[in-house]
Amino acid sequence: MTAADHADGPPPGPGGPPTLEKQNLPPITELAVVTLGLIIVGGIYMAAHVPHPVNLAPAIGLLAAGGLLVVVNVILLTRISEFAWDVFWRVGGWTFLAYLVIGGMLIYVFTLDHVRGGPMVVLFAMIFVFMIDVPLIVAFTVARYQPTASARAAASAAPAPA
Amino acid sequence: MAVDDAVLRSPEGPPGARAAAPAAGPPGPAARPDFQIVPVRGLPIVAVILVFLIVSIAAHWLWAIDLFHVAGGGLWTGIDLFVGLVIGPILGRLSIPARMEFSVRFMPKMVLIMPTLVVITLAAGWQLARQLGNLNPGAAMHAWLVASYIVVGVMAIIALGLLEPANIAVLFELKKPQPNGLLIAKLMRRFVYAAGILGLMQVATLIIMSHIAVG
Repeated sequence: MTAADHADGPPPGPGGPPTLEKQNLPPITELAVVTLGLIIVGGIYMAAHVPHPVNLAPAIGLLAAGGLLVVVNVILLTRISEFAWDVFWRVGGWTFLAYLVIGGMLIYVFTLDHVRGGPMVVLFAMIFVFMIDVPLIVAFTVARYQPTASARAAASAAPAPA
Repeated sequence: MAVDDAVLRSPEGPPGARAAAPAAGPPGPAARPDFQIVPVRGLPIVAVILVFLIVSIAAHWLWAIDLFHVAGGGLWTGIDLFVGLVIGPILGRLSIPARMEFSVRFMPKMVLIMPTLVVITLAAGWQLARQLGNLNPGAAMHAWLVASYIVVGVMAIIALGLLEPANIAVLFELKKPQPNGLLIAKLMRRFVYAAGILGLMQVATLIIMSHIAVG
């Protein structure tokens, strides 16, 4: 076992500005992974039934739970005072773009297969939550290890060591 | 680990960096090859593949859909098995500077290759199942198909929730002037374990797909 195995994150580097891993960050990643699980279970349930008629109640329940967790995650995110928001938005934006393509492919395939009405609405909503949730996981995981803008500014203003 | 980290953060940088530096002149900071987190040059290739996939699905080209599913699935399975069970254990035994050098060259490619393979395999697989009548809940192979959904679903949670974020976080750390070796080691450990689990789960996929293929 090493120090890295025990620590919630690595110690701040001696040469760079402090990062955020010392903070007690809310369980954003954990909640987002649970959300992902709920959406995937709902997706499997739907995929196992379409194109035939399907009882939407279980899928809607899973979707609602997933959507609620995304909302909780967003609220938790807004309560973080010091965070590398620039990195978060940059990574999240590009990841969202990538998942927009993937989500678009899924919607295209379901549309082509004549999935219509309630099942299509539920699938569309599931794909939308998926497109929000995965970029959130990636962006948060990356940004939590990055220095905040203020920490970077402070580090660059500090005199260089002799 | 601590020694490796000290080497990583030493003013001379990792041994590889010293070897790559000019013979003359004072030792500089860690010199890693510059890299793009997402290799932009690969994006047109991905775009062409996706457009071809969309056209194949729209035109109901069964041979092309089958090609996408078999070739994409084979590569996806093969890469997961190879990375998880061969590359992963080797990587775990390398020094941190060596892991960093490998990661700088390897991981950006994975950022493009794996999502592309996953998308083409799943989209083509769904269409293939539809055209062959296996989506029908009454079809003989439907239970195997649902089993494949479950395996892919678990793999997706591991890949999207653990592996991909770790991969991208490592690349961002490697972009820093002084990367944190402990953090890279921690995230790479997560990457390697996740890849190993995915590799083992791909064995289940191979069994399921073999059953579906022979009917």
